Amino acid sequence: MDVVKIMRNRIDKSDQLHKRTSKGTQHEDPKKDRGLGIVETRYFTFHELVTLGGRKLSPVTLAYETYGSLNSEKSNAILVLHAFSGDAHATGFHEGAEKPGWWDILIGPGKAFDTDKYFVICSNVIGGCKGSTGPSSINPETGKSYGLKFPMITIDDMVNAQRHLIDHLGIDKLLAVAGGSMGGLQALQWMASYPERVRSAIPIAATVRHTPQQIAFNEVGRQAIMADPNWKSGDYYDGPPPSAGLAVARMVGHITYMSERSLEEKTTARRDPASTFKSTAVLEVEQYLSYQGNKFVERFDANSYLFISKAMDHFDLSGELTHALKRSGMKALVIAFKTDWLYPPEHSKEIVRACKMAGVNATYCEIDSPHGHDSFLLESEQQGHLIRHFLEKVAKE
Amino acid sequence: MAHGEIRLDHKVILGMVTDGASVLDLGCGEGELLSILEKEKKVRGQGIEFSEQAIYSCVEKGLSVYHGDIDTGLSEYGDGSFDYVILNESLQQVWKPGVVLNEALRVGRKVIVGFPNFGHYSVRLQVFFGGRTPVTPSLPYMWYDTPNVHFISISDFEEYCKNRGVSVLDSVFIRKNSVTRILPNLFADTGIFMISKTPSPP
Repeated sequence: MDVVKIMRNRIDKSDQLHKRTSKGTQHEDPKKDRGLGIVETRYFTFHELVTLGGRKLSPVTLAYETYGSLNSEKSNAILVLHAFSGDAHATGFHEGAEKPGWWDILIGPGKAFDTDKYFVICSNVIGGCKGSTGPSSINPETGKSYGLKFPMITIDDMVNAQRHLIDHLGIDKLLAVAGGSMGGLQALQWMASYPERVRSAIPIAATVRHTPQQIAFNEVGRQAIMADPNWKSGDYYDGPPPSAGLAVARMVGHITYMSERSLEEKTTARRDPASTFKSTAVLEVEQYLSYQGNKFVERFDANSYLFISKAMDHFDLSGELTHALKRSGMKALVIAFKTDWLYPPEHSKEIVRACKMAGVNATYCEIDSPHGHDSFLLESEQQGHLIRHFLEKVAKE
Repeated sequence: MAHGEIRLDHKVILGMVTDGASVLDLGCGEGELLSILEKEKKVRGQGIEFSEQAIYSCVEKGLSVYHGDIDTGLSEYGDGSFDYVILNESLQQVWKPGVVLNEALRVGRKVIVGFPNFGHYSVRLQVFFGGRTPVTPSLPYMWYDTPNVHFISISDFEEYCKNRGVSVLDSVFIRKNSVTRILPNLFADTGIFMISKTPSPP
């Protein structure tokens, strides 16, 4: 308990710090203060999705949120795509919630994705556990949760499902698709799958294909989940979930999301070589990871972790991106972070290379942020500056 | 923007580029030249720039730019992908100017190169009489904080073109904010050349 309290305090403190810094910038731009207030998640269900692997999923529900309003020409819609453990709640506050959506720093009135100008859509991916159809959903054929009977999905399938939502919203062409990490992979998949329906793309901290190193980290997470006796081959929905395994999976993931320096800043090393071995977390970094792992199991489904991480691992557009983008007339803003070692800048440069070879107008920036891969969730100033001006340019054309 | 406010070297380059051309600006800095070219000549422009802060200024101007160094950044462009490749005040700052020039000549049908002239008389005087690394209006840096890693004179560049079979399509020399043709290697602070690969004989 004490550990959790310490870590909460620490996180509250860093939250306050964030608030203070963002207030600093609010002075320069009073618009930034307004916020979106209370927002709600909505649900869209369609009949059937045939996966890339040829399996049928029916019916399919997508949880989604929208911010701002669609103009009469339906030309101001931006689809924002979430990362691995994200959800449809990208900005604003849910009723009674203390924390805003995951990309609140960038989406809202007067912010980079300016909801005064743009109609911003965010949907939870299929395979997820935040309101969209996933392994924890009820399989209509059995009346029980899908578990491992859920079809293997790909990033391609996630994007295909989102395309149904965009059709449903009556939008022919998106002004932009944007996202970081797995959201960046989806943005790239949108570019490759539906180049005629996208005017611009903003893949952030992404990669053209998952490399063996990235797959390896995911595999450690999956093995941890499957080694948990509570996992029961994915059929655990009637009993206790495989929380211990999922927590370890999250810990591994969390390490890869941070830079050496950001981990150092979260925890000051307190080493006591005289102590005997303890199975519980002793050092602050251990406590920090354990806190992150335990917090995660409260909000995420282990089977979703397996399916989504597999979808990422199968991601490989290295052969087709250039071909798909030829004569698309698309524009791209590719952003990487210097301290990101999970999806390092070299991977983003490969995206730019694919764009250039297709003659696609691409802007690339490597932001010198200390936060590692997670920078895309934390870095508002530089990232916001690039996105704001890029979108203005695209909207004008 | 009125022509009067435009820097003379930019004005010279503006005069060399045709309307609606595709342009790659290597070392585009804050994108001043590129945005003038987009406004005045309706070019389709792209830039490559090393400085992160300069990239933010470029994006603010609505330019399409690549954050990276020009020593390595050109390999993915096909031959003749651009009507013009511009190296203004940047050739003297790259590690391998010979490689960059070759790549620029491959990627661009025409290449415009502008550089501070190391043959200028004040440079010669400072080296000869002062025995010091020269500091002049076009070479304003001290030896310990200069971004320049190579020094080029107008005669050096002309000789390079001659030896490599590179055609000089146009050359303009600037002396104290006006164009000059008098003994440029001695009196010009800046030389601007438009060059292209000489077509191989049939």
